[in-house]
Amino acid sequence: MFLRSEAIRGYTLLSPTLVVMMFGMCAPFAIMVAVSFWTQHAFDFDTTFTLGRYQDVIDKPIYMALMLRSLAISGACTVVTVLLAYPMAYYVAFHVHRHKLIWIILMTLPFWTSYLLRVFAWKVILGFNGVINSGLKGLGLIEQPLEFLLYSPTAVVITLAHAWAAFAILPIYVSLEKIDRSLLEAATDLGDGPVKRFLGVTLPLSLPGIIAATLLIFIPTVGDYVTPALVGGPSGIMLANNIQAQFGKVNDWPMGAALAMAMMITVAVISVVYIWVTRKAAGRIV
Amino acid sequence: MREVSYIERSNRPLHVYALMYLAFLYIPVLFLPLFSFNDAVYAAFPLKGFTTKWYEQMLASEPMFAALTNSIKVGATTALLATVLGIFGAKAVTRYRMPGKQPVVFVIMLPLVIPGIILGVALLILVTRLGINLSLYTVTLGHILISVPFAMATLIPRFEGFDKSMEEASADLGANAWSTFWRVTLPMVFPGVLASYLLCFTISFDEFIMAFFLAGTDPTLPIFIWGQLRFPLLLPRVLALGACILAVSFVLVFIAQWLARPGAIRSLDSRP
Repeated sequence: MFLRSEAIRGYTLLSPTLVVMMFGMCAPFAIMVAVSFWTQHAFDFDTTFTLGRYQDVIDKPIYMALMLRSLAISGACTVVTVLLAYPMAYYVAFHVHRHKLIWIILMTLPFWTSYLLRVFAWKVILGFNGVINSGLKGLGLIEQPLEFLLYSPTAVVITLAHAWAAFAILPIYVSLEKIDRSLLEAATDLGDGPVKRFLGVTLPLSLPGIIAATLLIFIPTVGDYVTPALVGGPSGIMLANNIQAQFGKVNDWPMGAALAMAMMITVAVISVVYIWVTRKAAGRIV
Repeated sequence: MREVSYIERSNRPLHVYALMYLAFLYIPVLFLPLFSFNDAVYAAFPLKGFTTKWYEQMLASEPMFAALTNSIKVGATTALLATVLGIFGAKAVTRYRMPGKQPVVFVIMLPLVIPGIILGVALLILVTRLGINLSLYTVTLGHILISVPFAMATLIPRFEGFDKSMEEASADLGANAWSTFWRVTLPMVFPGVLASYLLCFTISFDEFIMAFFLAGTDPTLPIFIWGQLRFPLLLPRVLALGACILAVSFVLVFIAQWLARPGAIRSLDSRP
């Protein structure tokens, strides 16, 4: 009885937050699902149920190509970001003893500043007349500007790896910090060298952090359209740019809604499979 | 200082790597202030000379100030409402044993991992189907949704960090729930509340994707900047504006992180 009244009081206190968040997410998603089954007629919708838009997602090669490219770019970006961030998180977890907090704040500070401005900064750096090209030309190392720097999938991957760094560092750092140091000492006492100790103890124990980091980067970057729009060029355009266009100049909202749904479902399936596979793999190691 | 285990002894290559990584994080952003003082339209080397004219031009721009005012309004409102919702949520999940707490917290935290464009277009569809005009209010609504998870994440450690018995003592001494909250709970969690307010303000102030879909004719500052990016000749002004925004964001977030640091209460108590 006591427990029940405690739960009721807890939920009463939580209700404003929960109601706002539930309404704020469920209502838009419900209506988006509905719209994805409709048809656009000029500036209005034909609300007869149809699977036509989903048929388009599958049949029209452009959508599949964009989807695959989005997955490839954000997959590459996720791998690069996690690989670059791991040693950094490792350094702060194991080798920083004083002013740890300052290091953590330093690593996460850029993440809080304007996303748009950070992407814009990369446009300035990678541009045809940008920092790298004008700098290399000034040093006499190149005659012509390097064209592959801007407006390519590579530019998108570099920019995203910079923009999402904090999402990789923090979870990995937390999982490394949690590792019981005596386990590492035990491994050493039992004759493991640094490499074997890392592969046998540290890496498997930091796996939850790696998994969290991977998902926290992969899921949002699949849906990014600012970075491809600013530094991607035609070959770096992703699915989200097309979704944005469907709600803008193309003005086919049902198509946009169906693409958004297709993207969400794809990402959800990949995430679930990924979690399942890594759990299985981790279970075999430990 | 405690004895450093041999596993944690210094490792020079790793130290160099860490410094390089910090450079990778900061140098790109620092090019904005650098070129904003450069006396040339294009952001390129070699630097041409020092000038503050881009700042003067930027400050003379009426639409920029209109957008700035809009962003401050939206940010202040978002931060207030998200922090209040965060306080309710954080107190509930840290103080009460509730069945089904984990899935509920998961739902509240969901906007963290939903791609911004999906939440943005979904809200756009809802708002237009309901016949509501796009305005700064709709932007605020979107910003509250993405800010609440950050408010909760900032506030929960704060509520966990202080002694529940203080609230109980207050109740035993006859204070009602309301005055216990104002006189005991709020002062104890205040650094966290302030941190949450500053973080939510910064998130809203810098947010672009939701605002892109939900703003009507009144642009917020990031939308204004997006519009300016199409004109190469306006680039130096954008650099100047960007440098100012970065400076303000850095200061606000640094204060917030410092306020929210683990052990902030303890260090206050233990001060001699």
